[in-house]
Amino acid sequence: MASSSLTKSKTSIIHHLKSTKFPLLYFTNHTSSIRNSHNLLHTISSPPLPVPRCATSSRINPFIVFSRCFESVCVGRRLHSAASASNDVRQFPAEAPSQQVLDFPGGKVKFTPKLAFTSGSTEERVPCYRVLDDSGQPIIDSDSLKISKELAVKMYSDMVTLEVMDTIFYEAQRQGRISFYATTMGEEAINIASAAALHNDDFVFPQYREPGVLLWRGFPLQEFAHQCFGNKYDNGKGRQMPIHYGSRKHNYFTVASTVATQIPHAVGAAYSLKMEKQDSCVITYFGDGGSSTADFHAAVNFAAVLEVPVIFFCRNNGWAISTPINEQLRSDGIVVRGKAYGVPSIRIDGNDALAIYSAVHKARKMAIEEQTPVLIEALTYRTGHHSTSDDSTKYRSIDEIEQWRGGQNPVKRFRKWMESKGWWSDEAESEHHCSTRKQLSQAIQAAEQVEKPTIADMFNDVYDVLPKNLMEQEAFIRKTIKKHTQDYPSDVPL
Amino acid sequence: MATNLRRFKGFGSIFINHTNHLRGLSSSSAVLGSVDAQLQAPGSGTGKSINLYTAINQALQIALDSDPRSYIFGEDVGFGGVFRCTTGLAEQFGKHRVFNTPLCEQGIVGFGIGLAAMVSSYKFCTTVSCNQIPWSILSYTCCCCLSYFCNRGIELLLKFNLQITFFLLLIRHIVNEAAKFRYRSGNEFNCGGLTIRAPYGAVGHGGHYHSQSPEAFFCHVPGIKVVIPRSPKQAKGLLLSSIREPNPVVFFEPKVITFLCSKEVPEGDYTLPLSEAEVIREGSDITLVGWGAQLSIMEQACDGISCELIDLKTLIPWDKETVEASVRKTGRLLISHEAPVTGGFGAEISASIVERCFLRLEAPVARVCGLDTPFPLVFEPFYMPTKNKVRILLPFWCIIILDAIKDTVNY
Repeated sequence: MASSSLTKSKTSIIHHLKSTKFPLLYFTNHTSSIRNSHNLLHTISSPPLPVPRCATSSRINPFIVFSRCFESVCVGRRLHSAASASNDVRQFPAEAPSQQVLDFPGGKVKFTPKLAFTSGSTEERVPCYRVLDDSGQPIIDSDSLKISKELAVKMYSDMVTLEVMDTIFYEAQRQGRISFYATTMGEEAINIASAAALHNDDFVFPQYREPGVLLWRGFPLQEFAHQCFGNKYDNGKGRQMPIHYGSRKHNYFTVASTVATQIPHAVGAAYSLKMEKQDSCVITYFGDGGSSTADFHAAVNFAAVLEVPVIFFCRNNGWAISTPINEQLRSDGIVVRGKAYGVPSIRIDGNDALAIYSAVHKARKMAIEEQTPVLIEALTYRTGHHSTSDDSTKYRSIDEIEQWRGGQNPVKRFRKWMESKGWWSDEAESEHHCSTRKQLSQAIQAAEQVEKPTIADMFNDVYDVLPKNLMEQEAFIRKTIKKHTQDYPSDVPL
Repeated sequence: MATNLRRFKGFGSIFINHTNHLRGLSSSSAVLGSVDAQLQAPGSGTGKSINLYTAINQALQIALDSDPRSYIFGEDVGFGGVFRCTTGLAEQFGKHRVFNTPLCEQGIVGFGIGLAAMVSSYKFCTTVSCNQIPWSILSYTCCCCLSYFCNRGIELLLKFNLQITFFLLLIRHIVNEAAKFRYRSGNEFNCGGLTIRAPYGAVGHGGHYHSQSPEAFFCHVPGIKVVIPRSPKQAKGLLLSSIREPNPVVFFEPKVITFLCSKEVPEGDYTLPLSEAEVIREGSDITLVGWGAQLSIMEQACDGISCELIDLKTLIPWDKETVEASVRKTGRLLISHEAPVTGGFGAEISASIVERCFLRLEAPVARVCGLDTPFPLVFEPFYMPTKNKVRILLPFWCIIILDAIKDTVNY
């Protein structure tokens, strides 16, 4: 019985193949069929197939075309590790008569006789996860982690510190004391809450609007000031513009002005953690504009293929300098791109500190335990200008900015929740504001007085050691400075 | 010296493969053989006659073997690579260390930079004591003894299945990221171990996109090194040096000699110094400076004239002192490269030597280079300052260079 049905099915399959002229791989659960069918395989000249395990049923439907997926072209996750499983052969059940399934490279796919394109747009957008409502009250039945008072107080006070730091440094730039600044206004919750959900041994690859992550980890306000003034205590030795912070001690890679280049770096870094079997992950931040870059797409694809523990955190704040989101993309934001690359993704309220905390906490767990990338799109709004080189009232209304500075402000929302729990008060607010302003003013004054790095630091670190051409150039510039001292800044020591 | 010093840091190497098979160039082989024969064998061990891709394969194997945190990844790496340089490596070292990546050059090098940079992110590792680590390693490998990775660097060997042309897609990450990673962070971080390998140069039938020599683009980038070997023996030693070099290195391999045989490539582990030019033939009438496959052409053009032939080997930072000393001896300089003459690296050499040797020069510095056109297919023999596979044109190009030499000598 079985053999006659096998013979029939073999005949019908071969007939079908000849009539449709599809280059295809197919399988029956008989070894001789595989050998006979090799002459019909004209897509892949692969080595002879190992004998696959049988499907559960020996009945072969004459219309099938279920097939075995060659391991080399299977889709789906395979652990990319030294101990990767050697056998992930799929086993496919027999299909109903009306359906046909084939295994092109890339995996099993059903046929359909309908000529229909998938729509480029979705009827309904991916919903946005939030925990607190606009008034800072917990939404009933929201999934969220409980956080302690101590953690909440640190989160809130760091958000306020970030706000105050932004205000004071921005003003310092306006006064001509520092050359440049970019605020984090409107994105304080993203900065602090995401950092709070990570561990200090998770590595951070920032864009440039995440100083709050460094602040959370204990980078002193004084050192922020040193970097902005480019003095000799700046970790970057005065080489980069203000806000280009970096700290090996805090596992926070140095900010660069280049947009989105940090994203593939983060994937490589995550690969090292994977290979070393570390209990930590990498997080990388970027904006909605950054998600349009080739680096973003390359990185997410790589992370998915290589299965690395990295969190892609997109701050969709609605603006890439003056380009609004509707001129940036046509997809449903950035969250849907994760799915396109095979990456688990979520959209969250980026102005809700508790939502951010819960989502990042969960994402971190997934990334490490499952060794998978995760994409988080945090919807938020950039209430500040892009930087001190920008005046955003030129391309958006002041009303719009004020609206987002008001009720939707993430700091205010979180404060309302804090106060409802009895964990914060006006007195605490006032005291914290005063103390932070004082610290920052002192920090700025102190940083302003510190001398710049020496001229030698212009030449150091181009390479690990100074090459001859740079030695010559340094000697030449020193000679020139000596001869024309008045033409050179006096605060850079020789 | 680098041979015995294990340098633990992150780095990577990108190798670009190409599917064309090169026809043998036996005359070039003879020239290279004679050039190589003049070398002092750098290491111990008997040599074997192997070609460039085998030499590269050996170097990669040594690199993977000597550091368990070495990786090769890129396009078509897994099966051995289109140029066969990674043959057998996936089987030997495992798929987590030698693996394919999606087709995206900037993704690959960005990934490589991140992986290399991790060596400079460290945590206190209680099982390793500072005192156990030689200070010389400690000082430049960013406190390696404190590294979570326990003293080990990460060697990265990134591999592409593309020509150097597509390498230009990487330029953003090489110029803006790799070259500046250490400097912009104040040495908090670096991706110094990154070694980026790529086949380059003309092969006789490559046309626009499989023949280019873009080394000049990369020579204009402070923070990286550019290394170009002339033979399999040079390639293996220089590649191992590049891999162990604590700065990002761009390593160009002349495609035309990929399948050439060379006499005596030592089988073991050996390195050749970077930023040291080599006088491979002494002479008194004129100094010839070149790199890569061009050297064999230049040597052929030396017929009848006492030429001092110098292989630059490292283009940045380049060894000005050796070239200067030679020009002070001969009073004349001719530079030759495949890349277009305008803005080519020959211009940098010319300008620097004029600055240093102006009063000694007896003739203007000559450059015999590729022309200022996109690299043409059928016109390649006319374009190139070198031999191509159409042997009939060999005398023609030799004459071109010979004429230039004679003009300079007779200035």
